[in-house]
Amino acid sequence: MDENLAAIWLTLRLAATVTLLLLLFGTPIAWWLAQTRVWFKGAIAAIVALPLVLPPTVLGFYLLLTMGPNGPIGAMTQALGIGTLPFTFWGLVVASCFYSLPFVVQPLQNAFEAIGERPFEVAATLRAGPWDRFFTVALPLARPGFITAAILGFAHTVGEFGVVLMIGGNIPGVTRVVSVQLYDHVEALDYAQAHWLSGGLLFFSFVVLFSLYTFNRRSSTSFGPRV
Amino acid sequence: MTTHSKGVINACFTLRHEAFLLDVALSLPAKGVTILYGQSGSGKTTLLRCLAGLAHAQIGSLSVDGHRWQGEDGFVPTHERPIGYVFQEASLLEHLTVAGNLRYAQSRAGSESSSSRSLSNKELIELLGIETLMQRKPHQLSGGEKQRVAIARALFSQPKLLLMDEPLASLDAQRKREILPYLEKLRAELEIPIIYVTHSIDELSRLADWVVVLDQGRAVANGSLADVLTALDSPMQRDDAGVVLESTIVSREEQWALMTVGFDGGELLLADNSQPVGTKLRVRIDARDVSLTLSRHQDTSILNALPATVVDVSAGHSQGTVLVKLRLGPKSTAAPDEERKMNAQSGFHWDSPELLLSRITRRSAEHLGLAAGSEVWAQIKSVAVL
Repeated sequence: MDENLAAIWLTLRLAATVTLLLLLFGTPIAWWLAQTRVWFKGAIAAIVALPLVLPPTVLGFYLLLTMGPNGPIGAMTQALGIGTLPFTFWGLVVASCFYSLPFVVQPLQNAFEAIGERPFEVAATLRAGPWDRFFTVALPLARPGFITAAILGFAHTVGEFGVVLMIGGNIPGVTRVVSVQLYDHVEALDYAQAHWLSGGLLFFSFVVLFSLYTFNRRSSTSFGPRV
Repeated sequence: MTTHSKGVINACFTLRHEAFLLDVALSLPAKGVTILYGQSGSGKTTLLRCLAGLAHAQIGSLSVDGHRWQGEDGFVPTHERPIGYVFQEASLLEHLTVAGNLRYAQSRAGSESSSSRSLSNKELIELLGIETLMQRKPHQLSGGEKQRVAIARALFSQPKLLLMDEPLASLDAQRKREILPYLEKLRAELEIPIIYVTHSIDELSRLADWVVVLDQGRAVANGSLADVLTALDSPMQRDDAGVVLESTIVSREEQWALMTVGFDGGELLLADNSQPVGTKLRVRIDARDVSLTLSRHQDTSILNALPATVVDVSAGHSQGTVLVKLRLGPKSTAAPDEERKMNAQSGFHWDSPELLLSRITRRSAEHLGLAAGSEVWAQIKSVAVL
């Protein structure tokens, strides 16, 4: 049971960290995608959306290579004296950020696009400069999108398995998240423990989606992918 | 006229957008209400957006009261222009209350410019009648209330130039009647120039001091209200020929429930509207409500007959009619056209002699032998108080 709690705690820590980082980095990406008219916008949007369709193992495999001792990121982290990222908590964080990126960027992008040009024109005629407009118009009007993005990003990180296994392996308290722990229980034919974790995840996922749909119905417009 | 003149708005824009081409070069007075008038698709909103910096004309120059906003040397972005802008449809920031919207404008207003308006913010809130709405969110307001808040918000930013894009167009007739009096009050109280886009002859008649008529991206008329209304070749003459007179209530005849209003060219008897003597009124006289006689008729039910001199006769828009331009007042006292007072500072024609238009049949014109210089009596069948 202690191992289960450690896995749950690790999973929550991971998901919270990833959600926070993604909101931080995903917001400018989503804003740029919503605003830009450059020709390579489609290419960037496709790259952001890749994790939606790729098997997580493919993503994990490439990340393992780039973050490994011979990969470019690995070389950089070693030069900085951090060592290599695979099989560490932060390695999982980096991998999960890529994996959950579309679940945060797309709702934000939809929310920004739904605002339209007009409120920004209004703010400009009231002397608000570009940064002022972003913080006082774009962010508050995209609030429902931020809530959707945070919930989806968090929930999707909790539910990942393939990427974690490729990048993190199975180190108790470091990289053994709930989904991996569950896999271990089933491998060991410990169905009682597996039931606890599976039931818990099932309940968690339902509550998340239920609150998401309830919230979206209450706010007049709905944002984000139709999950 | 130099491009940096004080008291003048000089605007040249060439903007191509797919099949549409806006191509204008205008000098407008930097005072009073200038109406941009035209059908939809004539480019009036695009012109207004160019003035605001919301649209960027590929070729353009703009200077407002001595300040350059666009030229070869640069483009001042919208948020650095001291303008107020009222959009066609309600445009309040949905996440803020009415008070929040007003604060948004107030906190970003330039601090130096509090003198640009004679009204305090508090007076403005009272004038627009929005005191009781302050804590509401935009979605709790009616269309007319939203537009009143939007007007107040535009003025809270202490603009040096107020731009209004058909502020009444999205409202029903009832709401229009609700807001127009507020606009008339603002017109009287504000000291800044207003540029107002509309396709409504009613709004034009009530508010305009200066008129620009746009058609297919070009300015086809540009002059004072009287000049544009009475120019016989103006596109305004198609359906809406008529004049607007500035008058003052002189006296009332209570036994008949009538009142007398005076203007430069004479007096008119109107139905009493119970406003006090001395009140200024704008009245509109449509060309089709003016008939002409060579001598004064006593045996007629028509109340208002004024002596006038024919200035010009032109073919009417429809076959069989002509449009007659008349100068009111007996011939001897009427000022000839050349003596029109010029505005010495900016060179704008403001004061025209009091003119009247009459639409009569070609047959009648020939029968009466009307030509420039003929002395006639103009019988006015109806007068609209604006």
